[in-house]
Amino acid sequence: MSDDPIVQMTGIRKDFTGVRALDGVDFTLRPGEIHAVMGENGAGKSTLIKVLTGVHTPDAGEIRLDGRPVRFHSPGAAQAAGISTVYQEVNLTDNLSVAENLFAGREPRLGPFINFRAMRRKAKALLDDIGIELNVAAPLSSYSIAMQQLVAISRAVDIEAKVLILDEPTSSLDRDEVNVLLGVMRRLAAKGTAMVFISHFLDQVYDIADRMTVLRNGQLVGEWTTAELPESELIGHMLGREAATLEQIERTAAAHHAAEEEPLMEVTGLGRRGSIAPYDLRVRRGEVVGLAGLLGSGRTETVRLIAGADRADSGKLRFDGKAVNGHNPRTASARGIAFCPENRKTEGLVGDLSVAENMILAMQASRGWARSIPVARRDKLVAEFIEKLDIRPGDPDMPVKNLSGGNQQKVLLARWMLIEPKLLILDEPTRGIDVGAKADIQRLVAELSSDGMAVLFVSAELDEVTRLSDRIAVLRDRELVAVLESEADMTTERIVDTIVSGGREA
Amino acid sequence: MSTHQLTERPSRSTLFDGLTRYIPISATVALLIALYLGGVANYPNFDNPQVVAKLFIDNAPLLVIAVGMTFVILSGGIDLSVGSVMAFSTMACAWLTVEAGIAAPVALVLVLAFGTAWGLLIGAVIHYFDVQPFIATLVGLFLFRGLTLQISDTDVSMREIEFFQWGMTHVDFGNVRDGGFWLPYLSFVAFAVVIIAFVVLHYTRFGRGVYAVGGSEQSALLMGLPVARTKIGVYAVSGFCAALAGILAAFATKSANPLANVGAELDAIAAVVIGGTLLTGGAGFVLGTVAGVMVWGMLNTLIAFQGNLSSWWARIVMGILLLAFILLQRVLARSGEKRRT
Repeated sequence: MSDDPIVQMTGIRKDFTGVRALDGVDFTLRPGEIHAVMGENGAGKSTLIKVLTGVHTPDAGEIRLDGRPVRFHSPGAAQAAGISTVYQEVNLTDNLSVAENLFAGREPRLGPFINFRAMRRKAKALLDDIGIELNVAAPLSSYSIAMQQLVAISRAVDIEAKVLILDEPTSSLDRDEVNVLLGVMRRLAAKGTAMVFISHFLDQVYDIADRMTVLRNGQLVGEWTTAELPESELIGHMLGREAATLEQIERTAAAHHAAEEEPLMEVTGLGRRGSIAPYDLRVRRGEVVGLAGLLGSGRTETVRLIAGADRADSGKLRFDGKAVNGHNPRTASARGIAFCPENRKTEGLVGDLSVAENMILAMQASRGWARSIPVARRDKLVAEFIEKLDIRPGDPDMPVKNLSGGNQQKVLLARWMLIEPKLLILDEPTRGIDVGAKADIQRLVAELSSDGMAVLFVSAELDEVTRLSDRIAVLRDRELVAVLESEADMTTERIVDTIVSGGREA
Repeated sequence: MSTHQLTERPSRSTLFDGLTRYIPISATVALLIALYLGGVANYPNFDNPQVVAKLFIDNAPLLVIAVGMTFVILSGGIDLSVGSVMAFSTMACAWLTVEAGIAAPVALVLVLAFGTAWGLLIGAVIHYFDVQPFIATLVGLFLFRGLTLQISDTDVSMREIEFFQWGMTHVDFGNVRDGGFWLPYLSFVAFAVVIIAFVVLHYTRFGRGVYAVGGSEQSALLMGLPVARTKIGVYAVSGFCAALAGILAAFATKSANPLANVGAELDAIAAVVIGGTLLTGGAGFVLGTVAGVMVWGMLNTLIAFQGNLSSWWARIVMGILLLAFILLQRVLARSGEKRRT
């Protein structure tokens, strides 16, 4: 095994309309090592991976594979060169059988025809080698997501990959499954396969990675061996200067712990079959309640019931002292419940309308279509919010689609703040936006709650949830398993423990 | 840790797997048998084997375009151009042989090449320009109907061209007057198309790629499958089938009617869906399509035997069946989704 790098990326730059996702990033991967790429959401990890695997082509910079410069224009080309990828979401076709998914595109053949018997035999042998046993002739859709993920990994492993990229492969796996996966990774590393590992779970990273590259805000922070970088320093590198500003938010959030009074919203046994198990939840005025859980644990489903976006098939909802029946997004917003959905492009903003028009949409809807908002008043409000939220560029007439993700999110927030809701529901408001905008939005949430607005805050980032929330509801497997209330419980570690244990043990 | 063995049994049943996969096609076959037995019980001579044979004579062109349509729908697309391409092909056969005096075999090769080339072109437009298949193939629907009428707005007869007698040459099975039946050569062409399509879809990389792209195009791309080739390929197959169906129609009628096959693309889509193929792609069988075409033929036969019903009743019943099958698909898909959680 030589020490010459197998992959050498230098000065990689990638722009998406108006946003620089990667700015002069270097990355080096050596044979047989497990190399973790670390950074917060939006740091550029996924973009870096996608540049390496041919999904995106870089705008500047050079990639060398085995010392030779390469340029991939499709994932197929990267695969042919020995770079395979396993993505967070299972990217297989679940209508085909396990064996077909393992060998799609390279099936064993007799003449022009696929040799199904040989394919099944090879599939069984491959899975055996990995350490899983399945009926390889059964369609992939008949297995759990975790098992599908392991099949995806098996496929990548068998492509004789020199480089294997694992992008958040463990986010939907339970502990046993993670152990199987890490075991497989160790064996592959011993055979000389180089691996890039991306994970939010720091313990897994420290368990398996030899080396780490840290990105922040699209820029390279540095490269360290795992042994020389303690966890606290790693987090410092990932958060960077942001850490200081966020410290403050923590204190304000804790300071105004809401007085005991009748809750603004009280939910008992609200649920929807196949979507989220019945749950109880209370939110007081001026309180930020965080919802934490893994991808697919039912976070979004929980808030969609409250917002009236989905119809509950059991349970009761009391809001502002009144029982609420037959709830839809229109009546919800009339009552003072504002919902910022997860996917701001498809469910929230109208890309071709201007910043100002997007902002006043909800306000106009709540006034009724017949009563238009006077232009002077509109302009004043819009200008006020552009300044307050620091929306850039501050041009009210610019189409929203030309703004960066973070600024789009601010426009969406402004829309709901204009109607002064009693309860603001934010579903992943900081996903995929840059660090500055993220800090702005977090600060804003803290401000709104100290003004007396109740906020339900959904985020995949546990740090963010613990930082902002007064209480945290933890979800697992589409069930609300615990509500963490005390100061001591509101740590990332406690949340992870609660998710892992399912809230059953202390 | 490496000795740790994870085992999981296939648990859930969805439209893609196990027995649920066969529910729509079983329903189609049961319906077909019920229609047949109903016919036998109510009409004299319905049990004559020639009644069934006739299904494959009258509907041979529809069967061929429905097979092409199965490829397209399995991949998650749709092809609205086949009816017009078919009519254009028939007209082109007539014009090339009768007007231009080209030898018939040469004309047939030209027509088939044209159909395939059209499919390749529109497939490339759909894939590379990311145009919706519905819109892209609508172009063909208008274009070729217009071109057909431009060549001739009246029927063109091909009776003088001896070559076109070939298609209706009889092959007897037993004594036709006494419990036997006959089929023309063109029916065997249609059978061959079905068999080749079956083998291609189930036993070749291209065929499995069609299912993979229909299951999830994004995943197929990330798995490194040749998505472009597959997507363009299915439209080429459909174009070829439409041209071949046009030739079969030329054999069957020995004349080209510029207004023939209006709406044939919709009949084909209906047959494919009633045959159990999922409109969203990724699941279905070409043999189901054969059953779907037979249901359509059987309805027409029943109406002919009844004698006093308008032939539009076949369409009315087909509409109702289509609705029933689409709802059946949705119900099955939903129950699959529920069990997923």
